[in-house]
Amino acid sequence: MSKVSKKVLLKGNEVMVEAALSAGCRFFAGYPITPQNEVPECMSRRMPEVGGVFVQAESEVAAINMIFGASATGTRCMTSSSSPGISLKQEGISYIAAGELPCVIANVQRGGPGLGNIRASQGDYFQAVKGGGHGDYKLIVLAPSTLPELYELTQNAFDYSDYYRNPVMILGDGILGQMAEPVELKEYKPIVTLPEKDWILDGCEGRDPRVIKTLYLYPSDSLAVHNAHLKKKYEQIASELELFEEYKTEDCELVIAAYGMTARIAKAAIRLARDKGMKVGLLRPISLWPLANSAFMRLAETAKKFLVVEMSNGQFIEDVRLATECSVPVEFFGYGGGWYPTPENILERIEKVYTL
Amino acid sequence: MADIQIDIERCKGCGLCVLQCGHGCLKMSEDTNESGNTYAMINGSKDKCTGCGLCCQMCPDVAISICNEKTNTKKNKS
Amino acid sequence: MNFCRTESLIDTVTHYCPGCGHGIIHRLVAEVLDELGVREKTIATAPVGCAVLFYNYMKCDIIECAHGRSPAVATAIKRLLPENVVFTYQGDGDLAAIGMAETIHAANRGENITVIFVNNAIYGMTGGQMAPTTLLGQMSTTTEAGRGNNQEGPPIKVCELLSMLDGVTYLERVAVNDAKNVIKTKKAIRKGFLNQIEGRGFSMVEVLSMCPTDWKVSPLKAAEFVNIDMKSVFPLGVYKDEDGQ
Repeated sequence: MSKVSKKVLLKGNEVMVEAALSAGCRFFAGYPITPQNEVPECMSRRMPEVGGVFVQAESEVAAINMIFGASATGTRCMTSSSSPGISLKQEGISYIAAGELPCVIANVQRGGPGLGNIRASQGDYFQAVKGGGHGDYKLIVLAPSTLPELYELTQNAFDYSDYYRNPVMILGDGILGQMAEPVELKEYKPIVTLPEKDWILDGCEGRDPRVIKTLYLYPSDSLAVHNAHLKKKYEQIASELELFEEYKTEDCELVIAAYGMTARIAKAAIRLARDKGMKVGLLRPISLWPLANSAFMRLAETAKKFLVVEMSNGQFIEDVRLATECSVPVEFFGYGGGWYPTPENILERIEKVYTL
Repeated sequence: MADIQIDIERCKGCGLCVLQCGHGCLKMSEDTNESGNTYAMINGSKDKCTGCGLCCQMCPDVAISICNEKTNTKKNKS
Repeated sequence: MNFCRTESLIDTVTHYCPGCGHGIIHRLVAEVLDELGVREKTIATAPVGCAVLFYNYMKCDIIECAHGRSPAVATAIKRLLPENVVFTYQGDGDLAAIGMAETIHAANRGENITVIFVNNAIYGMTGGQMAPTTLLGQMSTTTEAGRGNNQEGPPIKVCELLSMLDGVTYLERVAVNDAKNVIKTKKAIRKGFLNQIEGRGFSMVEVLSMCPTDWKVSPLKAAEFVNIDMKSVFPLGVYKDEDGQ
């Protein structure tokens, strides 16, 4: 890539690849699944050009475990998949979180449960934000709503991941992955001072051997100690990383809470509602974990109501209720199974709840 | 000269070494070590030991060592 | 010739049961690493199973993998660090049951790694359940009437299976039931590592090994079981040697 920034028209899945490579990602392992196929396809072409390693894994399980190995060498690495594939990766993600190995995992969500369909969905919110795999761990979860933002957040994801030694998930959806938008391929600049990776495995020449492990049998309280360490790290992340956007919230009486693609559609609905004289705003969390609880609480003090819009039967809404501590009514608009709203759909719901 | 040494505290008493020794140099103890295992011991005199090392090859616990040469014990650099 | 603890093997008591073959195989691997002078550039994987604490015994960089996933983990490490020596140490449940897909595909891709496969025909760590390599008629805690009486199928012969794959370089089955076989095992392990160092591709050494505790026999009987029963089902020998040496 030339250092001169220029806008190019790319699909979301391709944007992730360019962002990852610009941020120094040099290992990718993945498995075909719609609607994220352009990620491994594009990686297979582009990775060799930058001297990195691309592996088409035999399974999602193998792919995430290749990431486990790649990260252990200190290499910036990434895998991507879509909902059923992400389910298969969960054991590996738990191990990666337990081993505190940095990596980026993209979930281009599709309709579920089961094989579901290949339309966009936000049905994996709980899986991404609450765990998914076994044990007490947290992923940093980022939810972009435009392709320029996808580019930037993918670059940043590698920094957050290295900085906190924690896996980061880009939670997108089929629309984000498949749509095309002009994106400026900005040069990567680290957003934090990156710590030295003094834990990597590269052979023990001139130092003591290192072990990366997730088993803590002895002494009997060692797993508790490890968990306490992880908890402290998660608390640190929660106190330092709250990414969100507010749109027309200064005077709003109704706050639409939405993330990713639904937030983008909601913005259009808010403009329509404003034209009709309704004071509606948007609170869009960009990091889903940690969630910007303080922003929710602040808006709950002035607004009369929240309306959650999400492409699921209602998952994100639970966290909105928690974040606002149920101090205001929280209405819901969403369906599972590969549905997405139009601005008019959302406007209709705004009109219904605004007057109540 | 073969100098056979048995670290009886490392021995778990499996007896695989005794079976390997074709010269009858080894036998199992009657009593136990600190871990409560019977252990391999020299059967009489060390003189019978030819230093072939088959017992060492078989010991899962690296409890037996044999020094056949005076010269180097530093096969591996530290 | 002296027989003493080699540098790569940490000077400690292992958690293995009396007569368990793991201790022998650990020592052989350690001796080979030292003889080839590659300890300081070696990265090993530890499996899930009895050998999960491999890193307590080996003086090299080690990554403990999820059950069966070592070949995938090793694939990534070796591809990124081709100058390093990367090997997996796996049991039969790890390699031939839950991790069979990773085994077959790493082998077929011809990953330039060395696989040490310890076949003791049982799940040891979990208390003696049927392994993919448990013999027909062999009793385990999940086949109390003996394998084969309830549609368990015959044992999987991994060397024979992998020998069908064009991507594989070297497959040999050895045993550690007696000193003579232990010496042969070391030769095979050495070849497995040399293949990698010389860039020849995927090598696997299957080692038939004793599990007296879960076979519920004495260490001497266990060695005999390997010699008579296991060898008759899993014949020793070279199953593939692309280099032809």
